[in-house]
Amino acid sequence: MAATRENPARKPRQEARPATSAPHQGTFFAWLAQHQVVAVDSLLRLAADWVSTLLTCAVIGIALALPLTLVLLLQNVQRYSGSVEHSGSLSLYMDERAQPALLSLVKQLQNDPAIASATLITPEEALAEFERESGLAEALGGLDANPLPPVIEVVPAIEDKAALAELLASLQTRPGVAEVEFDQLWVERLDALLRFAERLALLLTLLLGSGVVLVIGNTVRLAIENRRAEIVVVKLVGGTDAYVARPFLYTGLWYGIGGAVIGCVLLQLGLLTLAGPLAQFIASYDGDFRFADLGFGGAFLVVAAAAGLGWLGAFVSVVQHLRSVEPR
Amino acid sequence: MIKFDDVSKRYPSGQEALSRVSFELDDGELAFLTGHSGAGKSTLLKLIMQIELPSSGQLFINGQNLVKLSRQHLPYYRRSIGLVFQDHQLLFDRSVYDNVALPLQISGYEPREASRRVRAALDKVGLLHKEAQNPITLSTGEQQRVGIARAVVNKPALLLADEPTGNLDPELAAEVMGLFEQFSQVGVTVLIASHDHNLIDKLHHHRRLRLEQGKLISGGKRRSKEPH
Repeated sequence: MAATRENPARKPRQEARPATSAPHQGTFFAWLAQHQVVAVDSLLRLAADWVSTLLTCAVIGIALALPLTLVLLLQNVQRYSGSVEHSGSLSLYMDERAQPALLSLVKQLQNDPAIASATLITPEEALAEFERESGLAEALGGLDANPLPPVIEVVPAIEDKAALAELLASLQTRPGVAEVEFDQLWVERLDALLRFAERLALLLTLLLGSGVVLVIGNTVRLAIENRRAEIVVVKLVGGTDAYVARPFLYTGLWYGIGGAVIGCVLLQLGLLTLAGPLAQFIASYDGDFRFADLGFGGAFLVVAAAAGLGWLGAFVSVVQHLRSVEPR
Repeated sequence: MIKFDDVSKRYPSGQEALSRVSFELDDGELAFLTGHSGAGKSTLLKLIMQIELPSSGQLFINGQNLVKLSRQHLPYYRRSIGLVFQDHQLLFDRSVYDNVALPLQISGYEPREASRRVRAALDKVGLLHKEAQNPITLSTGEQQRVGIARAVVNKPALLLADEPTGNLDPELAAEVMGLFEQFSQVGVTVLIASHDHNLIDKLHHHRRLRLEQGKLISGGKRRSKEPH
């Protein structure tokens, strides 16, 4: 070992005075630089152990992809069913004898605030449409008289179930109304199904979101164990709890982001296989359907949310375990 | 700088590690804390570092009453103390430079100022030329000196050392002691726990606090004549 030793006189006296308040301590830029260093350092640590990092991120990604797929499918179906519900109209089948009062009834209905539109379809128009759509023009031509009643198509301006039922009841009592048809049943069934799926998606999101928090929390706990010696030294030389926690919080953040990226890729792959058949199915009802994927905005939201979950997982772990790592 | 006033430390097991210890240490004083292992040396240092809390008595460091120190302020308090360990406690996942820079990073020093101080501290212990190496590649004596550089880089008012020469041969131990004396000469209060009698006897002009079974049996009175 080199035995060279510096002369103590080289050090000016005042330099060794206790630094009660260091002038450069705690400036904003120093703080920011510290964050940058810690963020990069924890990323490099994860990269150095990239196999296990990738595995952890894959677990997080799968846990995120599952509820995301469900939510996205749901959103697409809801978008479609929304357009169906809006076209959901009431048909008032009129008594033939009510013919003279028809126009004034239509007027009255049009003025009702609960009704968006009321359109009269005369028996002639109905017959013409039926001929066109059924292709039975010749057979129908053999009829002596038009068997179709006049119909008023009413589109409600309200969506509330109770109010709709009330409207339905009041329309039935109108003079000349033979029957009110409100074929909303299948829409209601779809609605109920969608509500169920919505719940399911919410439940899955909560469950798997908690799973992500736990996975990251546990991974961070292991990271804390691995750096126990360092934490003890840092605490002894005056590291605050925040300083000690910071690298682990960043680790959680990176896991969340990495997991979200993998999750988005899995989601996209999954949608590629699901979107085709789904679009075909929906297009059989409605000619114009385009499957909406996550998009950049959605992907960004997912990454941000997962980063938040990662941070939260790390925070939970840090709160639980960091205090137990004390100098002895 | 240090004032122990009737300080006792009992562990939950009933063992009394320190009993009614009182002494004062002036600014810039260098003192040895001696006694057999288990006499309470480490406990006394732990009380100063606030790793342990006293069971009774008052403890003042640099005018601050440690009994009233909150957990929140503890890190800031510890920054005013340099600590040298027997087993140096260096981190082998980073260079010598980064090890020494750690206390400055924690205190939020600007990199340029930190760099100046780290180099000054490494220069002081004669290891500036090894700043880029991993401490695992250094000899035991060099590792101990890096530990000392880390302890003083913050320019602490108080330097504590727990058996700093325990793993060193006599020649290296004398070098390390020489460093401590230099710090004391520039106004740093130095308290060295050691049972290395050969070494302490060579430095007999310094004060000695002698612990035996948790009791301070000599050196407690300020400026008292050493029984030697």
